[in-house]
Amino acid sequence: MDQMSLLVCGGTGCTSNGSLEIRTALEQELARRGLAQDVKVVTTGCNGMCGRGPILVAQPEGVFFHSVAPEDVPELVEAYVIGGKPPARLLYTEEQRGPVIPKMSEVPFYAKQQLIALSNRGIIDPENLEEYIGRDGYQALSRVLTTMTEEEVIDEVTRSGLRGRGGAGFPTGRKWAFARAAVGNPKYVICNADEGDPGAFMDRSIVESDPHAVIEGMAIGGYAIGASEAFVYIRGEYPLALARLNLAIEQARTYGLLGENILGTDFSFDIKVSVGAGAFVCGEETSLIASLEGRMPEPRVKPPFPAQSGYMGKPTNINNVETWANIRHIILRGAEWFSSIGSETSKGTKVFSLVGKVNNTGLVEVPMGITLREIVFDIGGGIPDGKKFKAVQSGGPSGGCLPESKLDTPVDYESLTKAGSIMGSGGLIVMDETTCMVEVARYFVAFTQEESCGKCTPCREGTKHMLDILTAITEGRGEEGDIEILKTMARNIKATSLCGLGQTAPNPVLTTIRYFRDEYEAHIREKRCPSGVCKPLISYTIDKEACTGCRACAISCPVTCITGERKLPHVIDQTQCIKCGMCFDVCNFNAVRVE
Amino acid sequence: MMVTVTINDTAIEVEENTSVLTAATQLGVKIPTLCYNEHLSVHGGCRMCMVEDTGTGRLVPACSTIVTDGLVVDTESKNAVEARRFIAALLLSRASDSPEIQELASELGLDPNSPDLDPVSNYLLNRRPEREYTKCILCSLCVRACAEIPERHAISVSGRGMARKVVTPFLKISEMCIGCGSCAYVCPTDAILIEEAD
Ligand SMILES: Cc1cc2nc3c(=O)[nH]c(=O)nc-3n(C[C@H](O)[C@H](O)[C@H](O)COP(=O)(O)O)c2cc1C
Ligand code: SF4
Ligand code: SF4
Ligand code: SF4
Ligand code: SF4
Ligand code: FES
Ligand code: FES
Repeated sequence: MDQMSLLVCGGTGCTSNGSLEIRTALEQELARRGLAQDVKVVTTGCNGMCGRGPILVAQPEGVFFHSVAPEDVPELVEAYVIGGKPPARLLYTEEQRGPVIPKMSEVPFYAKQQLIALSNRGIIDPENLEEYIGRDGYQALSRVLTTMTEEEVIDEVTRSGLRGRGGAGFPTGRKWAFARAAVGNPKYVICNADEGDPGAFMDRSIVESDPHAVIEGMAIGGYAIGASEAFVYIRGEYPLALARLNLAIEQARTYGLLGENILGTDFSFDIKVSVGAGAFVCGEETSLIASLEGRMPEPRVKPPFPAQSGYMGKPTNINNVETWANIRHIILRGAEWFSSIGSETSKGTKVFSLVGKVNNTGLVEVPMGITLREIVFDIGGGIPDGKKFKAVQSGGPSGGCLPESKLDTPVDYESLTKAGSIMGSGGLIVMDETTCMVEVARYFVAFTQEESCGKCTPCREGTKHMLDILTAITEGRGEEGDIEILKTMARNIKATSLCGLGQTAPNPVLTTIRYFRDEYEAHIREKRCPSGVCKPLISYTIDKEACTGCRACAISCPVTCITGERKLPHVIDQTQCIKCGMCFDVCNFNAVRVE
Repeated sequence: MMVTVTINDTAIEVEENTSVLTAATQLGVKIPTLCYNEHLSVHGGCRMCMVEDTGTGRLVPACSTIVTDGLVVDTESKNAVEARRFIAALLLSRASDSPEIQELASELGLDPNSPDLDPVSNYLLNRRPEREYTKCILCSLCVRACAEIPERHAISVSGRGMARKVVTPFLKISEMCIGCGSCAYVCPTDAILIEEAD
């Protein structure tokens, strides 16, 4: 039988949940029992189910353990490593007391996923180059350098149908061809790892779990366009990803996979790492390049595109982390294989970070063309606490909110755009019936308004006015006609803003108006928040019939405005109530109503 | 090489690398601008000069769009006119007392007191929450003038979004400043006052 390996998740989530202590405990326990030689313990990158961490996977059987604590380790070794019987309480169940699902591949969260960009996640130790090489690492680069011309590489990538994963979905092969054809020397390659969407962590996870895949992709791209210098522009808040990337670059240099005359050919290529300046807009390619050059990180008018005039005014090819991570697989397995996955216009897979009101939050990689419903309900396991689904937001602050009726939309660039949202870089936020869609729009516009660089008038001034109007609506000061004003402003801001930030900032407003107009109208006309979220518009009252007079609410109320005799219905003094919602939370009899 | 561009149904041949604005000027077509000055580098930020690229149906800034052969531009399309009015109304909502911006707005047919004002302009001119008054519309002409004419870099923009401001280093009287007045000269809203430092 194959040697057993215990793969301890070393992603950001599990590490902060103590997975490294588990690794230590495992090593000690195995040593104590004299098994240190027989069982290998490996630290991997994120497994994607961070909400249930720390995660541990035992190979070759593929047994999936979650929420492992150091105290569980002796039992795990005794029962599973020695006895072959995994302790049931560490295995996955769909619902409480449901049947256990021991195999990772059968856990529904993983069953519908298809891994390309993340194919090494949870399998290799990202800090160990040999493990990467053991999984065909750097074979694509080797093949490219020794058997393919630059044009053949570009042709392969073009025919694969790969499109940029950073947001706009531009065909990668075509972008490379532009950069190759552009006049100017030297040429540069950039990897965009700025990942500014709040709540998104696709790129972080790829770099953490498989940094060499990104490096290999970049070297192939460098060869194809004729560049020998490259940059990774990585978000400052990603210390673990940064450390692993730096280590991986060092290792690659030591092995002659980066630097002069790679693999004995006359291709030379090296990568510098640059830590991002922090603002959301730094992820926009022209401001990223300005930031790399030491200028103020501000977008500029395109064209010229970076392929024509990028870093230092030279032809520059910039791609997203996930785009780069796909390249080696396309080279090794071929354009036909890649383009057989996905939908008509969108090929391959896409990594999403699934967050919000969904049972299984985490990182998922799915074939393009899968429906939103499959992601939210099959992979995500549906909405917690028996609540109803209301909307899913794709594309982060630049995306839109799609309702129940759009759940069967296939996930591809065109379908999402048609529905009013965008693919974006892969954030998916699930919202349930307790979410107020006007407040959601206000929240996202507050974000983009805060992150607007202020260079152009419509984004700087326009998003502020939209925010003022949305705030007024959520505070009960909305006026008849405000919805039309928002729509017209949104259209003009989109049409006149300089960069993608302003051009997409109105999307959350437009889609919430399109699909949840009744919620806006309730706020404006009836001064009512149907979801009971907007504080100035709600009141808490006690239902006389349901109240048992238990006094729980009266005791919890911070301003003691609830009165009543024990065992008799209680009353809230509306003039004193600060709408904290404490009474609502503590009442066990559903007697406190919000309206 | 020469390229042909058609602006408002009139074709003209211009040098490669000519902007739509320059080509329009050659044809005598007027496009309002605020952040553009032919002696300074192009900024493309005020968005006052938006015109429609008929081929794509998209709006583009005339000052910073380089003509390509066969480009067809309509400066007076419905969308372009609406967009420029929107920009003017936004700028007026910021610098409401600036006579220069008031004049520009009125040239574009924006009258705060007109009963026919469209709802968006009415909101921007009459209903918006009061703000701190400023004349500066952040066109950055002064910053570029200072950097490119006396080459002093005495002023710069700092902050982002609505907090963006033109400042001197460390917000002190700038030692780099030679008092040449270039910044005040280019400022479209007379927002800069040159004073003797003590
Ligand atoms: C406001 C804004 C923020 C962006 N942030 C990112 C980012 O964090 N990461 C990224 O890869 N692309 C980001 N982009 C997209 C980049 O400009 C660029 O299109 C992308 O890096 C190209 O790579 P791709 O073709 O592989 O997608 C952003 C764009 C805008 C307008
Ligand atoms: S759209 Fe917004 S972020 Fe982009 S240049 Fe204009 S102000 Fe800056
Ligand atoms: S907690 Fe509920 S049941 Fe108890 S007194 Fe308050 S409203 Fe009545
Ligand atoms: S007056 Fe001072 S700040 Fe203004 S352009 Fe001249 S040197 Fe620069
Ligand atoms: S001070 Fe004048 S020139 Fe400078 S940015 Fe403001 S409006 Fe433009
Ligand atoms: S960090 Fe372990 S599953 Fe994400
Ligand atoms: S004049 Fe063209 S954007 Fe300002």
